[in-house]
Amino acid sequence: MTLHAIAPASTAEPAQATPMVRFNDVHKSFGIVEVLKGISFAVGRGEVVCLIGRSGSGKSTALRCINGLERITTGSIDVCGHAVTPDGKADLHAVRKRVGIVFQSYNLFPHLTVEQNITLAPRRVKKTAPTEARALAADVLAKVGLSDKIASYPEQLSGGQQQRVAIARALAMQPEVMLFDEVTSALDPELTGEVLKVMEDLARGGMTMVLVTHEMAFASRVADKIIFMHKGRVHETGPRDLLSRPETPELRQFVGTGL
Amino acid sequence: MNYQFDFSFLWDPDNAYWRDILHGTWLTVQLTVLAIVLGFALGAACAIGSTSRIPSLRRAIAVYVEIIRNTPLLVQVFWLFFGLASLGFKFSAFSAAVLALTINIAAYTSEIIRSGIESVRKGQIEAAESLGLSRMQLLFDVVLPPAIERVLPSLAGQFVLMMLATSIMAQISTEELMAAASRIQSETFRGFEIYIVVAVVYLALAMALRLSFAFLAWAAFPRRRRLGTPV
Repeated sequence: MTLHAIAPASTAEPAQATPMVRFNDVHKSFGIVEVLKGISFAVGRGEVVCLIGRSGSGKSTALRCINGLERITTGSIDVCGHAVTPDGKADLHAVRKRVGIVFQSYNLFPHLTVEQNITLAPRRVKKTAPTEARALAADVLAKVGLSDKIASYPEQLSGGQQQRVAIARALAMQPEVMLFDEVTSALDPELTGEVLKVMEDLARGGMTMVLVTHEMAFASRVADKIIFMHKGRVHETGPRDLLSRPETPELRQFVGTGL
Repeated sequence: MNYQFDFSFLWDPDNAYWRDILHGTWLTVQLTVLAIVLGFALGAACAIGSTSRIPSLRRAIAVYVEIIRNTPLLVQVFWLFFGLASLGFKFSAFSAAVLALTINIAAYTSEIIRSGIESVRKGQIEAAESLGLSRMQLLFDVVLPPAIERVLPSLAGQFVLMMLATSIMAQISTEELMAAASRIQSETFRGFEIYIVVAVVYLALAMALRLSFAFLAWAAFPRRRRLGTPV
């Protein structure tokens, strides 16, 4: 494992800037099962925050609450100056325009080419002109190293390529925050590497990122903050070397099996 | 058995029956095309409605679909043509036929498209929502195109069945192919021959309809064209 240092992008921004994402005592229940039991944390501009923890610890649910894919039960989340609340859908559209998300299962639109996948949202949501949208697509595809796949359909691509297109699609909306929900869990190690590299480039470019990940080496290398979730709560928080000096027995046990 | 086939009545100089056949065929084509276009529109609207968040709308559509799919088309036509006429709503035989076929095929179309809509993976809908697409944009850009692409073969099959079922419109004296055949039969007593001719015409129409749908799929779905996926 190489631990070459990358200057955290957050150093470029003054620390007093208001957080891009802030959880305020967020609870979330599915029926009678409480999945999030009051979590609070903040993500500053340009920060890379990794949510780690066992399956069922609530980390994916927490991530999906940020852009309203899951509706929170109580509490609130501030996202880019907009409030995500239990009832309010008023700000959801504004939030979604500013927050990009990438899923474990890529979720590209199968009937559209790579270019159409990327230009759809800018054209429909931001009313970007077609020529401008195409230029944008070429630009984000270059960022993920897939310029030659612009005319392909998703089914013609490997899993890693599809995931990079999914990242490009999210980037085309020029989001202020990117969410990654276990984006490499469906990929073999070789393809995982190409996706992680794209994410590392993004982080280095100053993108604010929240990741749910099982890639502990990646978290230790790139994260500005690691949040260990356990049984629906934020159990332990620390900088990127948190995993090498866990304080709670739960994290120690988790790291013991994970690294 | 010693039957002499005689098709000469078709081009009888005094009474050119081929013209009647042609005229009947043309009416059958009109009925079919109108019912497909209107029925597809109504059926797609019902399919969208049946996935709406309004329970009463979903229930109303379900009732309509079940009533239509579980009663004979002939009863539906008679109900429109004779039943409503006694209430003062008068239709021409042709309008009644188009209306009945539309209402009938829309119910089947609705169910077929709904199955297509339900086959679109939830993740794609979440991705579209996350990108900020509105409900309408999501429906028309992300859900309906792959849904219809997937169910197009079933739709084509259903439309061919409906085209064949236009033959019962002879019962309300719509002058389509079957009605023309019946009249020719009663005038010439050449039942065997005329129904062979009619069968061949229906067969040709059915093949033409299937081919049209294959072409439509080829034209409308570039992915199929590019990747050579058969429709």
